[in-house]
Amino acid sequence: MNVLKKKIPSYIVNAISVIAIYLIISQLVWIGVINNYYLGIIIVIGINIILSTSLNLTTGFLGQLTLGHAGFMSIGAYASALFSINANLPESIEFYFALLVGGICAAIVGILVGIPALRLRGDYLAIITLGFGEIIRVIILNLDFTGGAKGLFGIPYATNFTNVFFIMLLTIYIIWTVIDSRHGRAIKSIREDEIAAEAAGVPTTYYKLFAFTLGSFFAGIAGGLYSHYILIIDAAKFDFNRSIEILVIVVLGGMGSLTGAILAAVTLTILPEYLREFSEYRMLIYAVILIFAMIFRPKGLLGTSEFSLLKVFQFIKRKVIG
Amino acid sequence: MTKLLDVKNLSVSFGGLKAVNQFEIQIGSQELVGLIGPNGAGKTTVFNLLTGVYTPTEGSILLDGNSLIGKGSNKIVNMGVARTFQNIRLFKNLSVIDNVKIAFQSQMKYSALAAVLRLPSYWKEEKLFEEKALDLLKIFKLENFAYQKACNLPYGEQRKLEIARALATEPKLLLLDEPAAGMNPSETNELMETIRLVKEKFEIAILLIEHDMSLVMGICEKVAVLEYGSIIASGSPEQIQNDPRVIASYLGESD
Amino acid sequence: MDFVLQIINGLHVGSIYALIALGYTMVYGIVKLINFAHGDVIMIGSYVVLLSLTELHVPFWIAIIVAVVFCALLGMLIERFAYKPLRNASRITPLITAIGVSLLLQNIAMKVFSANPKPFPNVISGEPFQFGGVQVGQVTIYTILISVVLMVLLELFVLKTKMGKAMRAVSEDAGAATLMGININTTIAITFAIGSGLAAVGGALYSTAYPIVDPYIGSMLGLKAFIAAVLGGIGKIQGAMLGAFIIGITECLTKGYVSSQLSEAVVFAILILVLLVKPAGILGQNIREKV
Ligand SMILES: Nc1ncnc2c1ncn2[C@@H]1O[C@H](COP(=O)(O)OP(=O)(O)OP(=O)(O)O)[C@@H](O)[C@H]1O
Ligand SMILES: [Mg+2]
Repeated sequence: MNVLKKKIPSYIVNAISVIAIYLIISQLVWIGVINNYYLGIIIVIGINIILSTSLNLTTGFLGQLTLGHAGFMSIGAYASALFSINANLPESIEFYFALLVGGICAAIVGILVGIPALRLRGDYLAIITLGFGEIIRVIILNLDFTGGAKGLFGIPYATNFTNVFFIMLLTIYIIWTVIDSRHGRAIKSIREDEIAAEAAGVPTTYYKLFAFTLGSFFAGIAGGLYSHYILIIDAAKFDFNRSIEILVIVVLGGMGSLTGAILAAVTLTILPEYLREFSEYRMLIYAVILIFAMIFRPKGLLGTSEFSLLKVFQFIKRKVIG
Repeated sequence: MTKLLDVKNLSVSFGGLKAVNQFEIQIGSQELVGLIGPNGAGKTTVFNLLTGVYTPTEGSILLDGNSLIGKGSNKIVNMGVARTFQNIRLFKNLSVIDNVKIAFQSQMKYSALAAVLRLPSYWKEEKLFEEKALDLLKIFKLENFAYQKACNLPYGEQRKLEIARALATEPKLLLLDEPAAGMNPSETNELMETIRLVKEKFEIAILLIEHDMSLVMGICEKVAVLEYGSIIASGSPEQIQNDPRVIASYLGESD
Repeated sequence: MDFVLQIINGLHVGSIYALIALGYTMVYGIVKLINFAHGDVIMIGSYVVLLSLTELHVPFWIAIIVAVVFCALLGMLIERFAYKPLRNASRITPLITAIGVSLLLQNIAMKVFSANPKPFPNVISGEPFQFGGVQVGQVTIYTILISVVLMVLLELFVLKTKMGKAMRAVSEDAGAATLMGININTTIAITFAIGSGLAAVGGALYSTAYPIVDPYIGSMLGLKAFIAAVLGGIGKIQGAMLGAFIIGITECLTKGYVSSQLSEAVVFAILILVLLVKPAGILGQNIREKV
């Protein structure tokens, strides 16, 4: 009972806030305050939030470094794009099927990559995913049906603010409810101490694969949203640097904090837009962020703690009333 | 009557070193057995072999007649052998109660889908095991720390939390590796009392590694003495205290 | 004859991979860290050799020595400032730092030398040798010779000298090594220095075979060398050499008989197969973490 009671108020506060954010943004779009340029940035923010919360699952909660998140994204992007191009389903549902196909393809590849890497203790996942990201790029470049180096054209335009927003919400919701359950506890225990987790009866290999596959699935979904937004995709859009960008978001926001990753995704998508004159220094800055964040604030801005809207409201209430 | 645990000819070596050599032990259900021996005798290594952390080069380990050899650590836990670690291994950044709840892993059944949909099975089990975890914490007087991070506990309480976590797996046999290390005499006495109580309450067998001879003699029904990886004597505390080999190699020097 | 030629080519690149793989394996053996920046130290080494040749006009062997010294210092510097503060942190922390250092070196190189590939002068010329009907270039012969000599020297160093013994002790059990009076900091620093120095030689030899230097040459090269180290058994010096020759030969045979674009995919397939079948690598034993 106390479990339920404790959680209900924050559920309500979060739900109301989310609906409010949606309504405000769509009204601003409606009256023209948010033009197409800003809307584009908002859509990219949504996609980046999906990418970073899903990477956070493996890197932040499970504690395994993944360096090929963009690779999984590319699988989702190509699979869903090819589905949309070739399938003849009614327009209203085709896009969602396409996203699902993208997510599932990425998840299947995730299982195949994860099995050899995750059975072992140690850092093999980092190197295998790094290699995987490179290989998938080479493969895409050399296949015919992916459009090779020219890229894949003719993807229908289907991603908009509303569907990105709600798919992003769904992603956050699913990852968060999984984390806040016995499965999430098992995943976090592996990050804390793999040997102790085994000794507490946690099937570590299963949960490593579970978290990694779920993370890959959502990377695939993000890829699908991305391809139906920019409409022309090529392998270069999913290179190692893209994986690093997502990693930087997670590292900066806090490994093991969903809200931290969300805040960092918003910040790190908007900042480069305003600092265009520094764009050639972007990777340099990211490199420095990675090093300094690890040395001076290894847990990220929020660490493993979560930012709670409920607590903010309670705080404001106390200040105003008391 | 078959013994709960029956270990024969257990050996393992690291490089050239035979850390455990033809080790043997039998433990009946609800027995409290002490395992003593000088530093480096191989006591912890025996635990690691019993719990599947290391694979023995030879020998057999039977629990209720089922072999544990080659089974993964988490399987062995589910078969009924739980342990604590000599150098405490808690989930440091998780709350005290989560440390215990994680060990309920195999008893909790709701699926990931049930968690996402927040089905009644999720709420029911979360509530049930939250209460169970609090009950376990109460035994070790840790309930007031339940929602703090485990790493913020004082050293002695961390050791107790490890025992609570091991108990949460519902073991038949509990392996405790120097549970009183770093505690003062009165804390140690209190802990030993708790261990005895836990044994009665949960009806489990316990194998206890301890350096303090008098302590082991006081609480254990049976004692086994390990030296250079082999058992040199075993029996009741009186027998051990009068065993010439033990006196020569162990009791003699501690005086 | 084509087959023999591919094998010789394989030995050629394999011996370069070996020099690089040694750095990965030594560092991993001693601090259990995949040093992602190692590949970029190779790249820096190649630039230093190139600059010494074109700006200072020194002979090739002096250029190599300059690069070895430079990279050894660089390796020690990286260890001191990026990895040492994190020695007691969780495993993932230094790993992310290593990625950061790798990116940093790449981007600095890009700012300093620009992203445009620079041609590497032809330093080892002369008549190819004839073995039976097979022509073998002097570069190939020199590369294999230099690598083998260095590997033998390293093996002797690790087995016979006091510092080598200290390295082995620290990688076995750092705690016990400290108790025996071994200075861990020095030992780790020297390990990084030697690994990076060998990488510099590897980089120089690589550039003589593929005479183009750009800020990215280290990435793939490093990755393949790392795979070689895992294949042979990470932490094992002979393993690194064995793995490197296997990778080199496989790569050349794939390039020669299947497809040059797929050679990298094949190398990765090997890595995955090894991890499935013999996770500790060919010469590795299952290392048991002390619990
Ligand atoms: N994974 C390992 N690799 C190499 N040697 C090991 C390993 N584990 C244990 N040993 C060695 O085996 C021997 C027995 O160690 P063990 O930890 O079992 O002793 P112990 O009886 O528990 O001693 P203590 O009273 O100090 O805890 C020691 O020499 C130890 O160094
Ligand atoms: Mg011990």
